[in-house]
Amino acid sequence: MEWMAWTWPTALFFAAIAAALAAMAVLHVKYPSSPRTGVLGIETMRGDRFFISLLGSAFINLAWIGLLDAPQYWALVVCAVFAFCVFRWV
Amino acid sequence: MSAQPSSRKRMPRIRWSAIVMIAYLLFLLVPIYWLVVMSFKSNSEILNAFTLFPDEFTFQNYETILTDPSWYMGYVNSFIYVALNTVISLAVALPAAYAFSRYRFYGDNHLFFWLLTNRMAPPAVFALPFFQLYSSVSLFDTHIAVALAHCLFNVPLAVWILEGFMRGIPREIDETAFMDGYGFTRFFTRIFIPMIAPGIGVTAFFCFMFSWVELLLSRTLTSVDAKPITAIMTRTVSASGLDWGVLAAAGVLTIIPGAIVIYFVRSYIAKGFALGRV
Amino acid sequence: MEKTVNQRAWILVLPVVLLVAFSSVIPMMTVVNYSFQDSFRGNDFFWVGLEWYSELLRSERLWDALGRQLLFSFIILLIEIPLGILIALSMPKKGWLASLCLVLIALPLLIPYNVVGTIWQIFGRSDIGLLGRVLIDLGFSYNYAQNAFDAWATVIAMDVWHWTSLVALLSYAGLRSIPSAYYQAAKIDQASRWSVFRYIELPKLRGVLIIAVLLRFMDSFMIYTEPFVLTGGGPGNATTFLSIDLVKMALGQFDLGPAAAFSLMYFLVILLISYVFYTVMISIDKDETKQ
Repeated sequence: MEWMAWTWPTALFFAAIAAALAAMAVLHVKYPSSPRTGVLGIETMRGDRFFISLLGSAFINLAWIGLLDAPQYWALVVCAVFAFCVFRWV
Repeated sequence: MSAQPSSRKRMPRIRWSAIVMIAYLLFLLVPIYWLVVMSFKSNSEILNAFTLFPDEFTFQNYETILTDPSWYMGYVNSFIYVALNTVISLAVALPAAYAFSRYRFYGDNHLFFWLLTNRMAPPAVFALPFFQLYSSVSLFDTHIAVALAHCLFNVPLAVWILEGFMRGIPREIDETAFMDGYGFTRFFTRIFIPMIAPGIGVTAFFCFMFSWVELLLSRTLTSVDAKPITAIMTRTVSASGLDWGVLAAAGVLTIIPGAIVIYFVRSYIAKGFALGRV
Repeated sequence: MEKTVNQRAWILVLPVVLLVAFSSVIPMMTVVNYSFQDSFRGNDFFWVGLEWYSELLRSERLWDALGRQLLFSFIILLIEIPLGILIALSMPKKGWLASLCLVLIALPLLIPYNVVGTIWQIFGRSDIGLLGRVLIDLGFSYNYAQNAFDAWATVIAMDVWHWTSLVALLSYAGLRSIPSAYYQAAKIDQASRWSVFRYIELPKLRGVLIIAVLLRFMDSFMIYTEPFVLTGGGPGNATTFLSIDLVKMALGQFDLGPAAAFSLMYFLVILLISYVFYTVMISIDKDETKQ
């Protein structure tokens, strides 16, 4: 395992992702979501919206690093807003 | 063609398409012709005389490859890991493709998408971590390491192609077999697998092909004992273009296994491509 | 065909999940870990946070490679898609001639990538290559190893040579699925060849063409072996596309941190394209089952 060079922040990050996946799975079993067509014109379920939020957040973070010098946690705020919009309208 | 009582207007169109077709085929075949011709020339002829056809027809280049272990072991190494990879890919992909083609289950679409992303991912991204991974479990420079690494894109591909073929088999067959008291394993091995034999053939072909042609990962994960022919060829190139004839002969020999395999699955290849799953 | 819900299907999928997780999730996690750290000689890691990302995102090296990559993919699509359709339309419809053409056309697809590079190297070299010699005899000063424009032209010709057949085969399959009644109706209307193409064939080809565009985009976006063999990314950095640059950084210089950050960003872009591809494919599948 040593060659993987684990650190606390990345371990926490992956733990969070794994937990989120598990939570989505549990939610899916307990309260199945039905597909709906949003502003993008594609049918999405809760899992798809979650995926789009994550992927979008990654790009928002990268854009923040590349374009701005502001502290990174503000990017997380933008990501949260983005995720909210995705869950609301996509 | 001329038997048809075609109007005058039709004739030019036929000729046009023939011209396009012939031009395209020429474009495809001339570079291959050059490779083949080159492999039968001696090095001095390649470098000093510019001939469209070998003046002295020689098998020297092929002889060099087939007698020098540092060349022909490359083919042996490639064959070993390609065969391993094809067997592993098919073995795990068959049941999975059956599940995807027959059942709905939690996360099936997402799982399928995840598999697909691995088919699409650039090997360059994985080269470094694979190197670290297989070095740390001391599998570096072994055939199984390359075979496992190639599973990254071959397993998803195999699942994808097989799923397409299995979809074409009516469910009634499964149901009848289960009603007749077949267990799942017996049904799967005795009835289902023979039925999709062509699909398995095509899948095996593409697994073979993509593992055979892959250069980056196999070169990264090997140094001496498992060095594949593709890596040996690039090595020769970088060592100041010395032996063009041998290089061309090695290229021709690399095409041949693919051509032989094509021959056996030729009638299904078009279907494999037509599914868009390559 | 309606699928039955059966959660035990997971047992059948499990081997694939484990195997692919081993060869994809573990490496990906490693990449993420490396991308936030610096290392000396491949061990002794220490945390540097987002430094590599900000360095890379503000470096010209990455953007230049990305620019070259996008330009390359764009040119490839611009040539290969129309040419592929044209070839498919020109294919003989039946008989031994048709199968001969199919086999010959499929040929380049089945040649190992590095041999494709070798073929074009031998074909294009100005001292021993047929193409190079002919071009020089015609009075061009062609040398793909020294002139950036020639290198680009050769790499593009090579990719067209290698992959147009895929577009042609896909389109050919699409054309075959058009019922002959459509053509008869067009004949009765005395439709021109162009309007047959524009109003009958093109709409029917929509599905396969979208797949062809996405496949070609994705594969050209991660092209490595062919230009590596042909030009080695040169002259200079003229044909250093993303994958070539990444391998230089990761295995040539063994810069674990920046290479990992590069890998991760590259992978995110691919992930986005894959998602679009998958969504489109699903919706085409649905359209077809509706019809």
